[in-house]
Amino acid sequence: MTRSGYWIGWIALVTVSSAYLAAVLTTDATTGMKAMLLPGTTTAGHYQIELTCGSCHTPFGGVSNDACLRCHGDELTAADDSHPRSKFMDPRNASLVARLDARQCITCHREHAPEMTRPMGVTLPDDYCWTCHAEVGRERPSHAGMTFDSCASAGCHNYHDNTALYEDFLVAHANEPAVLARPRAPGRALRDALGAMGAAPAALPRLASDAPAHIAIDQSRVGALETTSHARAGVNCTACHVVPSGDEAGQWLDRPGERACDACHGAEVKGFFASRHGMRPASGLARMTPAAARLPMKKAAQERQLSCVSCHPAHDFDTRRAAVDACLGCHDDQHSRAYIGSPHHGLMTRTDADRAGVTCATCHLPRLTTRVNGADIVTVQHNPNANLRPNEKMARTACTYCHGLGFSLDALADRELIARNFRGTPVRHVAGIEMATKRTTERPN
Amino acid sequence: MSRLTASAALAAALLTAAACGRTTNAGTTADTASVTPQQMADALHAVMEADRTVYTRMVVNRLQNDEKVIKASEHWQDDKALPLPAQMFRMGAEMAAQKNANFSYALLSQWPVNTQNVPKTDAEKAGLEFVAGDAKKNYYAEEMLGGTKYFTAVYPDVAVAPACVNCHNSHKDSPRSDFKMGDVMGGVVVRIPIG
Repeated sequence: MTRSGYWIGWIALVTVSSAYLAAVLTTDATTGMKAMLLPGTTTAGHYQIELTCGSCHTPFGGVSNDACLRCHGDELTAADDSHPRSKFMDPRNASLVARLDARQCITCHREHAPEMTRPMGVTLPDDYCWTCHAEVGRERPSHAGMTFDSCASAGCHNYHDNTALYEDFLVAHANEPAVLARPRAPGRALRDALGAMGAAPAALPRLASDAPAHIAIDQSRVGALETTSHARAGVNCTACHVVPSGDEAGQWLDRPGERACDACHGAEVKGFFASRHGMRPASGLARMTPAAARLPMKKAAQERQLSCVSCHPAHDFDTRRAAVDACLGCHDDQHSRAYIGSPHHGLMTRTDADRAGVTCATCHLPRLTTRVNGADIVTVQHNPNANLRPNEKMARTACTYCHGLGFSLDALADRELIARNFRGTPVRHVAGIEMATKRTTERPN
Repeated sequence: MSRLTASAALAAALLTAAACGRTTNAGTTADTASVTPQQMADALHAVMEADRTVYTRMVVNRLQNDEKVIKASEHWQDDKALPLPAQMFRMGAEMAAQKNANFSYALLSQWPVNTQNVPKTDAEKAGLEFVAGDAKKNYYAEEMLGGTKYFTAVYPDVAVAPACVNCHNSHKDSPRSDFKMGDVMGGVVVRIPIG
């Protein structure tokens, strides 16, 4: 070939390749080629959306805090963040910021760096607390001899969420028994709550379907709908199957999707889309399937697509069954396999107590009480991650409904006990309560 | 003188007159147009002090100590109690910081309940020492923090209600238990960036 031929050939090859790679990078299509451009294995929390670069990255702008707060902002607010950004924006803390820029999420939580990623996506060495809290030995003589990396890993302190661990809380719940006298998780009673707020739904006296005449109702799909809680709350066919507003208002949908649930169960739908079950459709991607999961999943469930009705099927909203069977239908890890036959599962067979039992949902889809317009509403947090890591978050949303705080913190710190799904008693003891109580007595003030 | 020089002189004279005229017209507004950092800090502190005094006297002291209908507590959400005056102050400071980054303020003390509120910078240390000695005088300084120059003002923070001294004297983390009404318990630090 001639010399100019080589030149033209090379330039053409480089141009075409660059254009192709640029196109792959800038479109949000989840092709195999785009995965090639990933600079490193992503974390367990983000791998599902790793191919939508725009979820985190601003073009030519790095990763802003807003990208993180879009999904994690609510959790941080609920956790009463102990290290909020506002603390480090104060100029008096400029010397601390110079050591560790805690104004940016990504200072401590870098993605695409699997070789230095610790639990919860932290990419700092385990002794990062010491960077700012070097005076702890002087201020708390009780901490003498503790190792530098034990601050956030001993079940005593967390960087963001200390709602179950602050001193006054430990002191207020000292000396509680392992099992409380009245172990109770909040009941849901959505209909009563709606009534207290003034939107009292009337039960359907007999299920007379209000579906449009041209819709042929397949009775095998509908089943005993009139026995469900929806019928008792006056929710008829059109409430879910007819699009309420927008361009397609009034249209009948055979498969309504999450929007149908949103009208009454907004908190649950929001939690679902924030969770690892629903974060993919929340980012515009195809639904999650167990086949794409990193956790061990049952072979039979590999191709099931996750949506609201995956766990509590349409027309048969048995949430009590969903609380165990739905989870174990897919999840196949050690903790899940150990559930059947565990002490918590054993409670479900008790006949002396009303609706007894500690299910997967009791701990992992916890019931939260919020006050809306003066009435207490109990909603179910459908984002299991919101109280999973660090697991002291579970103390207040699950454990302490039934167990004393000291026992709960000890159990949460015992990894082997958790893997056995709580067969046995905790062998580790978290000394936090004793240390906090001692401080109240040793100072006469 | 040549005609060119004369025209130039006339133009210069006219321009000077016009400029002088402009200065004279703007003279009255120029005198009051600029607010010094000290004036701004004093004004901000006047509002902060007034709001917190009202909250401490009319809300916390009245409802907790006089009427005894509700307590003030550090963990006011869990305890269904009133926020402490220092927390009300800090929440205001954080909210103001979100809106306008042109000033920041904090409540500090040489005898804080929370050791994070001890003076950290040299100006804070000198300022708190100064205002604790004389309850009527403020402390003004300039300091360099994180690459920015700040005008820093420290104002004495005085115990204005029995609620102040009762709580701080009996709190397990308070380094002092001998505060009296009217004592300087700490200082409000207002910072304004000046380039």
